[in-house]
Amino acid sequence: MRILLEHFSKSFGAVKVIEDMTLEIKDGEMLALLGPSGCGKSTTLFAICGIHRVTSGRILFGDRDVTNVPSQERNVGVVFQSYALYPHMTVADNIAFPLRIRKMPEAEVKRQVEEIAGLVHIEGLLGRRPAELSGGQQQRVALARALVRRPNVLLLDEPLANLDAKLRLEMRSEIRRIQLETGITAILVTHDQVEAMSMCDRIAIMNAGEIIQIATPQEMYRNPRTAFVAGFLGNPPIAFIEAEARDGSLAVKNADIRLPVPKNATVPPDGTPVIIGIRPESLGTEGDATIRGRVSFIETQGRENLYDITLENGSVLRSIQRVRDDIALDDVVEWKVRSDDIFLFAENGERL
Amino acid sequence: MIGHLRTWPIVLALTIVSAPLVLMYVFLFVDTISNAPAGSFIPNEFTLEHWSFLWETRPGRPSIWRVTLNSFLFATSTAALVLVISSMAGYVLSRLNVPGRTYFLAGVMVLHAFPAITLIVAIFLVLQVVGLYNTLIGVILVKAAIDMPLGIWLMKGFYDTVPWEIEMAGIQDGASRFTVWRKLVLPQVKPGIFALGLFAFLLGWGEFILPQVLAPSGNAQVLSVYLAGLIADDNNFDMNMFKSVGLFYMMPVLILFFVFQNRLMNIYGGGSKG
Ligand SMILES: Nc1ncnc2c1ncn2[C@@H]1O[C@H](COP(=O)(O)OP(=O)(O)OP(=O)(O)O)[C@@H](O)[C@H]1O
Ligand SMILES: [Mg+2]
Repeated sequence: MRILLEHFSKSFGAVKVIEDMTLEIKDGEMLALLGPSGCGKSTTLFAICGIHRVTSGRILFGDRDVTNVPSQERNVGVVFQSYALYPHMTVADNIAFPLRIRKMPEAEVKRQVEEIAGLVHIEGLLGRRPAELSGGQQQRVALARALVRRPNVLLLDEPLANLDAKLRLEMRSEIRRIQLETGITAILVTHDQVEAMSMCDRIAIMNAGEIIQIATPQEMYRNPRTAFVAGFLGNPPIAFIEAEARDGSLAVKNADIRLPVPKNATVPPDGTPVIIGIRPESLGTEGDATIRGRVSFIETQGRENLYDITLENGSVLRSIQRVRDDIALDDVVEWKVRSDDIFLFAENGERL
Repeated sequence: MIGHLRTWPIVLALTIVSAPLVLMYVFLFVDTISNAPAGSFIPNEFTLEHWSFLWETRPGRPSIWRVTLNSFLFATSTAALVLVISSMAGYVLSRLNVPGRTYFLAGVMVLHAFPAITLIVAIFLVLQVVGLYNTLIGVILVKAAIDMPLGIWLMKGFYDTVPWEIEMAGIQDGASRFTVWRKLVLPQVKPGIFALGLFAFLLGWGEFILPQVLAPSGNAQVLSVYLAGLIADDNNFDMNMFKSVGLFYMMPVLILFFVFQNRLMNIYGGGSKG
């Protein structure tokens, strides 16, 4: 079901958390709400499921205005970060709870619980209590309980935050598989860009209660609207250096480095201070511009190495390259960058 | 063996300290089933005459069974009242945003700090006016009201430890606020309910002043008042019978502790485990 937030605002007393947000989640898509801690992701989620009342604006499920509909009647499935399983009930009773509340006949409850348990692969655990499950298993139970009543929309609030690295990887693809199999509209709240990029159809990136950009992961990575977005996506992250427009090219501050203006950017007038963003994979052996610096750190990542190079003005750039034996710490290198792969931002962070 | 060497002094010290208590209880029991010659501690005959109050009612006194039933009714009713009201009030105070909540909580605390005895004259008058003087119901209501502040605070404390996500999950699952409380939250505070129920029962069972003043005689008399009546009776004072009744009065308490001691020890082991 399509979900639409229209001019949604939320404040707690005098604290304005969200102001005038408009956001559409398309039918059947999985959208990530990505942003730093405290930017209002959970608040948005809780407004959609009805835990928080909106201060102003409207929330639509399909064509139905649910702004003032109580939580119980919105039919939203929520997976909480702590899973919030009912500790005194068995897994089967946990999953059956929403169905029993709806007074579904017991035979039908049993059938549906088994069906959904099959979907999330927990058939063997139905008789256990939550305390007897691992984190990943609890996560699956929470998913099953949220999905069993066929909700209009599935909300996931940092569902992977409590899992260890390996389980996180596994549940990442599991959640996506289940979402695709059920075709449910889903919103994933996360502050982990890898999760957002790998699991979702689109990403809405938030900062301080505002949506900065909504796009597919690819599009957002290739074409960030602001320096904040560029800095949030990518691991290892993009590096920024200060520069100034001079004679139609970019002069890095306090360094003898000139870079051409990328084709996708408008040429700023001379003397404009700008910020150049260079992703680690854009700096290396190929390109039309040269950057000189000293290798100040080498991090082995197995297949690749991550090199930090310090420019003469003290700024640090990162480069990720296949493992090379010809580079040692403190070597002075001249590496290439393709000018079309760099991003140009104004001083306030807006893309130029 | 080193462990043994370390523990025996402790065991010895505890034995010495508790020996007088143990001896007292042993003698209490021995005295109720024996007679001793005048001026001696050592019993010389076995008898059940001191327990005769169980099967024969003394003139001018209510039947022991009637009194026991009253005590039982009194203790269970106050416990039930305290439980029902505290478990709801505690939840409301812990979770819902009622206006004046902090003042209410402070007020409840002050009420608890108030010695009930200072209110007794006022309560006496009130009960007389409303016609509940010398009735079991009247004294049950008063006792429940006096125990309530503690119960409310205790339950609020237990509710505070229940994660709110559980409730939110219940609401999302379509349950009403009441169903959430009944089916999801209440089971998490079972240890609290159990503890409060037991303590309220014991408080009721042991209560003396309130029934003595508010329901002293006739059909409403409870065991503690009956027992006090025995010492107050100067005409046919029977020390050993007094001890027997005392033992009889203690018995339910002892049984409760023996049955529930494991659960009592575990009450503070965790509020929300399943
Ligand atoms: N009940 C509340 N009363 C007052 N302020 C609140 C309340 N709930 C949240 N806030 C504030 O709203 C802002 C956004 O909170 P929110 O929980 O939505 O952040 P978030 O993006 O989910 O962060 P995180 O990633 O840490 O979970 C925070 O600054 C927080 O302090
Ligand atoms: Mg949050």
